[in-house]
Amino acid sequence: MNEGGNVKSVCMDEREIDRSLTRIAHQILEANKGAGNIALVGIVTRGDLLAKRLAERIGAIEGVEVPLGRLDISLYRDDFATYFSPEVHSTQIPFDIDGKTIVLVDDVLFTGRTIRAALDALMDIGRPACVQLAVLVDRGHRQLPIRADFVGKNVPSSLEENVRLFLDEVDGVSAVEILSLAPGDRAHAAPIGEKEGE
Amino acid sequence: MAFNHRHLIDLSEYSAEDITLILDIAERFREVNERRIKKVPTLKGYTVVNMFNEPSTRTRSSFEIAEKRLSCDTLNFGGSSTSTVKGESLLDTVRTLCSYKIDLIVVRDKHAGVPYQVAQASGVPVIDAGDGKHQHPTQALLDLYTMRKRFGAIEGLHVGIVGDIGHSRVCGSLIPALKTMGAEVTVIGPPTLMPAMPELLGADHVTSDFDAALPQLDVVYMLRIQRERLEGAPFPSLREYNLLFGLTREREKLMKPDAIVCHPGPLNRGVELDDYMADHLERSEILDQVYAGVLVRMASLYLLLGGTDHGVDA
Repeated sequence: MNEGGNVKSVCMDEREIDRSLTRIAHQILEANKGAGNIALVGIVTRGDLLAKRLAERIGAIEGVEVPLGRLDISLYRDDFATYFSPEVHSTQIPFDIDGKTIVLVDDVLFTGRTIRAALDALMDIGRPACVQLAVLVDRGHRQLPIRADFVGKNVPSSLEENVRLFLDEVDGVSAVEILSLAPGDRAHAAPIGEKEGE
Repeated sequence: MAFNHRHLIDLSEYSAEDITLILDIAERFREVNERRIKKVPTLKGYTVVNMFNEPSTRTRSSFEIAEKRLSCDTLNFGGSSTSTVKGESLLDTVRTLCSYKIDLIVVRDKHAGVPYQVAQASGVPVIDAGDGKHQHPTQALLDLYTMRKRFGAIEGLHVGIVGDIGHSRVCGSLIPALKTMGAEVTVIGPPTLMPAMPELLGADHVTSDFDAALPQLDVVYMLRIQRERLEGAPFPSLREYNLLFGLTREREKLMKPDAIVCHPGPLNRGVELDDYMADHLERSEILDQVYAGVLVRMASLYLLLGGTDHGVDA
């Protein structure tokens, strides 16, 4: 049973995800005139995997290795009091972000609150020259003045729906699914490995 | 993953999963403590009272550092500067503080059981920072963190706790927690420093022969000789104690090659251990224990203040 709701449709399959990531890799390089000063930072728990895929593509295109990090935002959430999860993942940014162009990578852009938290977390670690945002899916419904610089696919959705990314590395299958949300449930990312248990 | 405790008072109520969760979160907080900006906004807006009715250096300061690194507001309270010296009862003081809408109380007291009473009177989460000879749960957690960090796992370790077992609140939390985590525990000390019924401690072995026990131990946990609690003269002299139960350079020859030395502090150098063992680069974990104190206290505050909707997975 999938606790995220019933699957209504699959809006991206594995090949579409691959093509989108390849395009985003090119767009990042074009916008920044190469990979010289950029570093990728993915937001746990699936943005970090997307960032890794993007880094591999950028490496294949430009022949350089871009610095890659992962950022956990659970200590920066604005809903600690009402929506507590005891899980804290690890932040690993093994390079100096000062003066770099940081491309934040996340799976689904929704209210913008995760990105707000990620920006705060990033600023506590250092002072990047600029921060750009790459997301695989933009589903709308922003609650903060935040927009993505690079978008894989715009997926119009209703608030009664959940949009979830599954990735081969942790879920055994790669897809973006739209699920119906039971009344009172909140949209959030699928627990790692949920697909495998089905 | 769920965490369903309101207080951190009796560590024997915590399961192996609960303890592992605290240690895992403490491990995550290590990264925060190694940044240039050693602070996260997680507990912004929460007010924590540190009520220390008994002297304390490291417990008090590491709680305060843990609170500040999580962005709590803190109120330090206790000692001779409070209304208790004017005759107010402790529980009336607690009720007064609660009128300020505080969120958590950390309690240290020389009487066992005070944290329970504070918990009942206050209605907010309480962390026991040491009560009488009863418990000292965050000390036990930092000890477990240190042992796990060094050996990778606690299960299967043989831990010897040496010294003033009878007066020790560290034992009251550490022995049950070590048993929960699957370690073997030996308590070692002169019979005069053992409790009346040492079998109630829950340890696997009780002995007065340090030299016979030492070669089996992975962790040699030296307790402080609490001079302030030794009115009954349980041993003839500190020198004799040092000869029989002190961890010395001479005695190190009996230790396993990878055995470590822990001590809850403060140290009585030359009594329970000598300078050589206290400062031993490979074996002494004493300063790592102090650092771990901040990490496990951050984890405890994080989990106990964590929202109302416990156990939700994100």
